[in-house]
Amino acid sequence: MSQWEVVIGLETHVQLQTKSKIFSGASTAFGAEPNRQACAVDIALPGVLPVLNREAVVCAIKFGLAVDGDIASRSIFARKNYFYPDLPKGYQISQYEIPVVAGGGLDIKVSRGDTPTDKRVRLTRAHLEEDAGKSLHEDFHGKTGIDLNRAGTPLLEIVTEPDMGSSAEAVAYAKALHSLVTWIGICDGNMQEGSFRCDANVSVRRPGAPLGTRREIKNLNSFRFLQQAIDYEIGWQINEIEEGRKIHQATVLFDPDTGATRAMRSKEDAHDYRYFPDPDLLPLEITPAWIDEVKAGLPELPQAMQARFEAEYGLSAYDAAVITTQRAAGDFFQLAVSVAGAENAKLIANWMQGELSARLNREERDIADSPISAVQLAGMVRRIADGTLSSKLAKEVFDALWNLEAADADAVIEARGLKQMSDASAIEPIIDEVLAANPKSIEEFRAGKEKAFNALVGQVMKATKGKANPQQVNDLLRRKLAG
Amino acid sequence: MIQAGLKEISAALAEKKISAIELATLFLGRIEQLNPSLNAFITTDRDKTLAMARAADERRAKGERGPLLGIPLAHKDIFCTEGWLTTCGSKMLANFVSPYDAHVVSQFKAAGAVTLGKCNMDEFAMGSSNETSHFGPVKNPWDTSRVPGGSSGGSAAAVAACLTPAATGTDTGGSIRQPAALCGLTGLKPTYGVVSRYGMIAFASSLDQGGPMAKSAEDCALLLSGMAGFDERDSTSLQRKAEDYSRDLNKPLAGLRIGLPKEFFGAGMDDDVRAAVDAALDEYRKLGATTVEVSLPNSGLSVPAYYVIAPAEASSNLSRFDGVRYGHRAAVYGDLVDMYCKSRAGGFGEEVKRRILIGTYVLSHGYYDAYYLQAQKIRRLIATDFSEAFKKCDVIMGPTSPSVAFAFGAKGADPVQMYLADIYTIAVNLAGLPGMSIPCGFGNADMPVGLQIIGPWFAEAKMLNVAHQYQLVTDWHRRRPERGA
Repeated sequence: MSQWEVVIGLETHVQLQTKSKIFSGASTAFGAEPNRQACAVDIALPGVLPVLNREAVVCAIKFGLAVDGDIASRSIFARKNYFYPDLPKGYQISQYEIPVVAGGGLDIKVSRGDTPTDKRVRLTRAHLEEDAGKSLHEDFHGKTGIDLNRAGTPLLEIVTEPDMGSSAEAVAYAKALHSLVTWIGICDGNMQEGSFRCDANVSVRRPGAPLGTRREIKNLNSFRFLQQAIDYEIGWQINEIEEGRKIHQATVLFDPDTGATRAMRSKEDAHDYRYFPDPDLLPLEITPAWIDEVKAGLPELPQAMQARFEAEYGLSAYDAAVITTQRAAGDFFQLAVSVAGAENAKLIANWMQGELSARLNREERDIADSPISAVQLAGMVRRIADGTLSSKLAKEVFDALWNLEAADADAVIEARGLKQMSDASAIEPIIDEVLAANPKSIEEFRAGKEKAFNALVGQVMKATKGKANPQQVNDLLRRKLAG
Repeated sequence: MIQAGLKEISAALAEKKISAIELATLFLGRIEQLNPSLNAFITTDRDKTLAMARAADERRAKGERGPLLGIPLAHKDIFCTEGWLTTCGSKMLANFVSPYDAHVVSQFKAAGAVTLGKCNMDEFAMGSSNETSHFGPVKNPWDTSRVPGGSSGGSAAAVAACLTPAATGTDTGGSIRQPAALCGLTGLKPTYGVVSRYGMIAFASSLDQGGPMAKSAEDCALLLSGMAGFDERDSTSLQRKAEDYSRDLNKPLAGLRIGLPKEFFGAGMDDDVRAAVDAALDEYRKLGATTVEVSLPNSGLSVPAYYVIAPAEASSNLSRFDGVRYGHRAAVYGDLVDMYCKSRAGGFGEEVKRRILIGTYVLSHGYYDAYYLQAQKIRRLIATDFSEAFKKCDVIMGPTSPSVAFAFGAKGADPVQMYLADIYTIAVNLAGLPGMSIPCGFGNADMPVGLQIIGPWFAEAKMLNVAHQYQLVTDWHRRRPERGA
């Protein structure tokens, strides 16, 4: 592989989270009975006309701001003409010459050897368009069914420069993009339902050589398929060239069952889409005032939040990055810190990445619907910090809150008597009892065996059912043994 | 009542001299009697019409008033009409019953007008003689061996023969004005964007505009007030305040400056047409107007530019007629592509196919810049020509059509000859301007001649005033063909 260089560019179709379609008033909700969410405009009755949904434009502006792209003050909707049964008008309304967003970029982490480094993937453009319907080939006994519920769903097609050099980089970019579009609330990110679909343009070349001929893998709707398809395609292309064959430009499909890609159509059969400006729609004008209005409603972006968490709360770059991969996690952290205080930020980060993350993963839940709330976690962390609760017993409190047994940590501590003993006068008699019962351990300790000391601490903790403050037990025990 | 204008009918309804039911019955009777020889209507539906008339009478009985309440009207079959066959003159839609009303239709419905039926037209509005209709040609009531013009030929013939007091039409390159001229009517194509295109089956979206066809400017003003207005379902509909287009009808014309484009008065116009137009201009001078020569230097490019832009848009607009969801589908076919090919080959007529091919060609990769972009540049030049001309005049006048109605088949062999029938009207659509045709005399074989009036954007009320003042001192617009008597 080392004598080959891989060049990858991605085109991602992001379904925008608007209530109604991009050019009609029909609902965009997923999963309705076929053709129940297709109105006269969507089924392209004679005489109907498109009207642009401004919500879709707001989504595009948000994206443009988030990737630092140029938002066009005037962009044009064009018709892309081709015949297909699930394309009711015989053309797709898209943007061609002038897209709504040009340029911008997205930062990803890439591994070069052992050290992860930052890499910026440049965006070529992002444009608004409508989705097509679906052709259903099963259940119709040799015929094809057409479901136009999806027809007219707003899409933002996001196109990168050929800036990725491996399937891992492509996946890192796709994940970063997925995180961003869900973060700014323009896409629900549901890949099974097709809300986020990638096309990968892949080519290989000898280092320093001009770009190789690319093939485009269509419609990859999971990060795993993206990785598998690109890896297979790279291997296939290298093999072709090494065996003396040429790569021909083509559109290919990935078959998840075989793990292979296969050509769908060659460049020769490529459509002439006969793009021209749609005379039914006026140019899309976006004023600076509109951009400012959208900007004001934009949430803090992941990178800004990450930097702030490092600066304000002293989180490590790693912790801050992990917590800001998802907006819900960032918001959870922020809320917890505001309740527990900035001095406990590190402790909150630890709990989020430790117990909370493990439990969420085990139960395949998202942090957005975590049974334990940010406020509850903060309450628990405060009790750890002020010495009321030992770290060990905190797990028990966490479990109780997770299982919705109580409203807050204090209630659990109270009900179960988990309050840490920090009163020396209460702990000392217990230590005395333990020392009296374990003369052998005392001898061993005095002979220099540190292990014996730990055994004594363990005995005290056991006797207090874990409630004694371990640090305090340590201190008292040392003092007594020394004395 | 058969010959009466809308104002008179409206007054008779208000004074309860006649009911909407009686009126509808009267015109349905005319249609039954005369339509077999004229072929002006594709669809009539007595039950639906009488139900609408009954509803109008009930509304009136409850105290409702309004100038269009109970007025019978016919719609060009390009307007989607809920529950009615809406064919657009094509086999492709010969079985299409619209599930919804076009904006124009719903406006008239709300005002209480009564639909008499759907008028014949050139297939998908592509034609200037009504010979391309799948339902057979419409005959000109003045001489049934001659064409009524097109594409709104059914509407024109129906009004001229008094099968309806007035009708709707659409105009992409002259389709209201030219048949109005050839049938002796008053017809108005409004400024692009004044009348919503929602539910008007698209031919060339950037040029199409609906408008009224009636016996007088006064009637057109009344109808336009009912048709016009902002519609949020059409993105090209203009957000303007509602207008009463009758408001200026009675203003005197003293001081009116009429521009006469030298390009409209050169070779190409028949002598009989020239004589009638010249006489009309004399009449205007008597009314106190002055005439001034203006120039539209790029008007010679309007027909070629139009025959790039209109087919380009049409080739895309007509893609939805694919046999998949509604309309004609071939009875026998192999795979999907075969289904498309056979359905479209069988559903569209020759002229429609010709324009789809032209449009597909000019939009093709490698040709787009040479044709479509060039044509759009010409379009801007033409609009600029008009803006320059309107610095010197208030309205522009000239012939609507270079000749009176021609015989069936006269321009059949060469499509370009047919395209030249719209040589004076097309530039108006390219510039998005309002244009009218009013009767101004008779030419060869006693066929009507039309005078075209072109105004600046949104000058409809002014143009109607100009037309009405002429109609107060002439009676060309009152002449009816024998069958209309």
